[in-house]
Amino acid sequence: MTGLERFQDAFLKPELIARYWPDILSGIAVTLEIAVAVVITGLALGLALAVIRSYRSRLANAPIIVFVDMFRALPPLVAILIVYFGLPNLGINISGFAVLWLVLSLVLAAFAEEIFWSGIVSVRKGQWEAARSTGLTHWQTMTSVILPQAIRICVPPLTNRTIAVTKNTALGTVIGVGEIMNQGTSAMSLSGNATPLMMAAVAYVVIFVPVVALGSWIERRFAWKRA
Amino acid sequence: MSALLDVRGLRKSFGTTEILRGIDFSVAARELVFIIGPSGSGKSTMLRCCNRLEEPTAGQVVVDGVDLMAPGTDINAMRRQIGMVFQAFNLYPHMTALGNVTLALRKVLGKSREEAEAIGLAALDRVGLKEKAPSYPSELSGGQQQRVAIARALALEPKIMLFDEPTSALDPELVGAVLGVMRDLKAAGMTMVVVSHEMRFARDAADRIVFMADGEILEQGTPAEIFGDPQHPRTRDFVGELSR
Repeated sequence: MTGLERFQDAFLKPELIARYWPDILSGIAVTLEIAVAVVITGLALGLALAVIRSYRSRLANAPIIVFVDMFRALPPLVAILIVYFGLPNLGINISGFAVLWLVLSLVLAAFAEEIFWSGIVSVRKGQWEAARSTGLTHWQTMTSVILPQAIRICVPPLTNRTIAVTKNTALGTVIGVGEIMNQGTSAMSLSGNATPLMMAAVAYVVIFVPVVALGSWIERRFAWKRA
Repeated sequence: MSALLDVRGLRKSFGTTEILRGIDFSVAARELVFIIGPSGSGKSTMLRCCNRLEEPTAGQVVVDGVDLMAPGTDINAMRRQIGMVFQAFNLYPHMTALGNVTLALRKVLGKSREEAEAIGLAALDRVGLKEKAPSYPSELSGGQQQRVAIARALALEPKIMLFDEPTSALDPELVGAVLGVMRDLKAAGMTMVVVSHEMRFARDAADRIVFMADGEILEQGTPAEIFGDPQHPRTRDFVGELSR
């Protein structure tokens, strides 16, 4: 057996690829489902929190800042395990899928809030003053003047963070969610071969490369003419 | 003569620093009042209190009979009657000139797009920039940007316009066109309060000059009085410094 053949036998065995690709495919479906759900709820919640923070009410801001700092500090795996194994003790039974979605949404929301907030405060004060001086309310100023400028600044860090958090869907494997990683590791145990893991790796690349491309497309889309 | 803008006992502090120490000041309809004074005298802060962009610490600001400080006053409704023009223009960079001018028409006054655009184009026409309607701020010179900013305020048909150093950020060759627009507004009967260092313009366009120093109004009068025969020693110093 040559070196190449040995490598192929360990990582890219054709008969294992043939046997396990339906499993990996169903994992892709689950991963995509969770990822899309997390991106939608995480970004929406993060944006909402940043907008609430812009009203600068101490009552609202203290809990927002505590929430954000906590979820940025906590490893997602810890939060997932606490929620998954803790909630049933309170008589609340939710699926692993829901736990993964909930926790990753909160993690993404925490990071997104910080990114949106830094975008909002980076818009010059004169923009607020000009808009308010024409009679626009805080909300109208935020939605028509501030956010269109802030979000544009936020797109690159937001894309990176979104990808980083959604890749954590792989953590679903520890609570039995049938996503890519779970399918890959189960198949690996059954076959005693790393080929299914390689298939999982390829699946992640196939999913996330387009997301990166989408990020740069949005970046161009949000650009406006400037000197 | 009834006052369109009436400021009584206006005080403003930032922390322990008192910027305005009791300002009494009023502007009649169609009047062009120039506020001059050394930097740090509180001119801009006073102006910004007139639409509550700056929250006064004490005192009264009455615009067209409505007390801006009264709890029941809808400040947003009042602000659209008080046009403001800023030193840094503050155009919205993500919108065209027309978009800048029509935003408040649509959002605040609830006009349809067609209606807002018709009004917006008329406002741009008044500042001589109708053909720049589709241009973005970054494609305009500073002077053009400031004229669009004036059109943005003008489109709401304000009762009074406040100018906060409107030409200070402009290259000298661009100042003339902005002052020209302000002259046209004056001729059309607009009530204006202008904080500016354009003394020549003050001399020939203003109805009244107000001299401020250290958060107080020290002297006011016609341009001839203030520039020709200032009474207060601080005014004399300031005017003397200018003519040197």
